[in-house]
Amino acid sequence: MTDLLRVATAGSVDDGKSTLIGRLLFDSKTLFTDQLEAADRVSKQRGSETTDLALVTDGLRAEREQGITIDVAYRYVATPKRKFVIADTPGHPQYTRNMVTGASTANVAMILIDVRKGVTEQSRRHAFLATLLGVPHLVVCVNKMDLVDWSEEAFEAVRTEFSQFARRLRAKDLTFIPVSALTGENVVDHGVNLDWYDGPTLLHHLERLYVASDRNLVDTRFPVQYVIRPRSSEHHDYRGYAGSIASGSLRVGDKVMVLPSGFESTVVGIDSPEGPLQETFPPQVATILLEDDIDISRGDMLVRPGNKPIVTQELDATVCWMDETSALQPGRTYAIKHTTRWARARVRDVAYRVDVNTLHRDEQATTLELNDIGRITLRTTQPLLTDAYLSNRATGAFILVDETTNRTVAAGMIR
Amino acid sequence: MSMHELSQLRELEAESIYIFREVAAEMQRPCLLFSGGKDSLVMLHLAQKAFAPAPIPFPVMHVDTGLNFPDVIEFRDRAIERAGARLIVASVPDAIERGLVTEPADGSRNRIQTPVLLAAAEEHGFDALFGGARRDEEKARAKERIFSFRDDFGQWDPKNQRPEIWELYNGRVAPGESIRVFPLSNWTELAIWEYIGAEGVEIPARYLAAEREVVDRRGMLFEVNDFVTLTDDETSAPRRVRYRTMGDANLTAAVESDADTVEKVIREIAEVRLTERGATRGDDRVSETSMEDRKKEGYF
Ligand SMILES: Nc1nc2c(ncn2[C@@H]2O[C@H](COP(=O)(O)OP(=O)(O)O)[C@@H](O)[C@H]2O)c(=O)[nH]1
Ligand SMILES: [Mg+2]
Repeated sequence: MTDLLRVATAGSVDDGKSTLIGRLLFDSKTLFTDQLEAADRVSKQRGSETTDLALVTDGLRAEREQGITIDVAYRYVATPKRKFVIADTPGHPQYTRNMVTGASTANVAMILIDVRKGVTEQSRRHAFLATLLGVPHLVVCVNKMDLVDWSEEAFEAVRTEFSQFARRLRAKDLTFIPVSALTGENVVDHGVNLDWYDGPTLLHHLERLYVASDRNLVDTRFPVQYVIRPRSSEHHDYRGYAGSIASGSLRVGDKVMVLPSGFESTVVGIDSPEGPLQETFPPQVATILLEDDIDISRGDMLVRPGNKPIVTQELDATVCWMDETSALQPGRTYAIKHTTRWARARVRDVAYRVDVNTLHRDEQATTLELNDIGRITLRTTQPLLTDAYLSNRATGAFILVDETTNRTVAAGMIR
Repeated sequence: MSMHELSQLRELEAESIYIFREVAAEMQRPCLLFSGGKDSLVMLHLAQKAFAPAPIPFPVMHVDTGLNFPDVIEFRDRAIERAGARLIVASVPDAIERGLVTEPADGSRNRIQTPVLLAAAEEHGFDALFGGARRDEEKARAKERIFSFRDDFGQWDPKNQRPEIWELYNGRVAPGESIRVFPLSNWTELAIWEYIGAEGVEIPARYLAAEREVVDRRGMLFEVNDFVTLTDDETSAPRRVRYRTMGDANLTAAVESDADTVEKVIREIAEVRLTERGATRGDDRVSETSMEDRKKEGYF
């Protein structure tokens, strides 16, 4: 059970994401007075009568000058029930890769829609990305309700339009909440203007969201991250395989198989930051001690003999291209990082590019450029130990890195 | 501490330890930046846990401005010795003497720390530097990656950061380039204190309230000592105060407090309404974007 909820925000420019987060911080009393005073001071300098809460999160000079969010900002909200890490991501198309960054580790995606504008290309893109990245819960905040006189019809129109699109995405858990980030209606407290709405406020919804069952507790995968060998007289024979258990669980006494070698052994001890454990499960880190002295190194994986990942050099994956200086092209080779293993990967083929508005698949496409999403096949120099991303985020995800510039150029999800 | 809070701390702890191991596995020459403050003490504690029962596989470096509280320096030496780590000191006074930097007129050595840090990192060939910065501290920090790429001048380019997706960190750099790594990115000040309490991490006595002789300068309480002397029209008085950060002795103010145990500090922090930098760091008040400007130059 986790008490840390990771939230990614998304939406078009000016839909009110920064203001909403500022409001969450302010109304939950997480905002510090000096942060508020600073936002207040800048608002006054600009001749605004009210404090612009977006200034609390928009910290970079260029952001303040242009009034937009450029990069992911992380904010922390604590209530007596839960702690939240909120990624405020930019809405501008040019920064879509940052939305992917924010959503990759999120438990919930909060998509803002300006009720007057309705569902836009950006909101479609973000909903698509959130489901593509396997974010288990979607919350659509229909914002600026104050500007449509708190109209239920206006809210319902957005709900209907978005639901139609989301159905095609197979979004798992979808909730709609009418809010005004500016006045605070329905963000932390109910207020009086939305009397026709009888659901929870945004914060209340986030506090109760049940996320423990989102984890894969069935398929045991322990990618070896680091081998601990003290070589001191006191710990002469200690040989521990440190890492973070990606899914499933491991207990002392369990039979395990080491991949890719296929050797089998038994877990004789589990060390952890809390001391020795009988069992380890996500999101813990642990150091596994085995009965037999076998050669295991970083990038290997401990699994159960009866439940193995796919060992393959051929990947069929959906990728989001994130680099503005180059395009993905068949024949090109990149460095690939998958779990704790690096290899090289050559692009064999681009199967199609997805139009995020219509979800249409363009099969004529041969390259992917900045912010493009497409399906590709890759061949790797070494076997990788993979699962489908939708059943296992940790063993289904990879990044591609340009070997010349070292830039992270793509996020990939194995099919 | 309740199970609820503990599990949240365990999750933060796990994330940090994963980061330490990732860097140790992939980078050639990492180094942990240590200030003697509570964040770097928590980092040191986490680094020990990450590699136990083996020792920490990288050295610890302190950029010493020469303006630290002497008791904090003593504490630093003991903490690093206990951890069995190797300490490297990059001295700002030495750098002034060598002419690498010049003493600023305003007495703040904050800005000239950066070239000293960069020169030391280059001399030792470090390609990864762990820093104890948290995203909740300041707006520019809130934008920073966990693996933060720096060019061969040590500069941060906020508009051109590497996307950081899942826990698939990319620390690949060309010679001369480096990454700054922030294992405490997702911790808050309160979480740091809760962890210090839960784990019994030792901290300098200044973090706890005691009666100290202080002078009130524009609402900030400075202890009167070798670094802070009274001007003619100032007076000092004994007040019960504690420190929230351990910066330079001439710039770091204390806050009024009765919290003389870690538990009481936790209770107080849960209620305070000022960020720790806003409350006690004369150096960060300069402007809305001063941290961003310093970071671009290579500061932490
Ligand atoms: N009337 C009204 N204005 C809002 C609301 N939320 C945000 N705004 C305004 O919309 C503009 C854009 O907000 P901002 O938070 O910067 O949007 P972002 O680009 O999504 O981060 C600002 O002028 C806000 O004050 C709302 O609920 N009602
Ligand atoms: Mg914004």
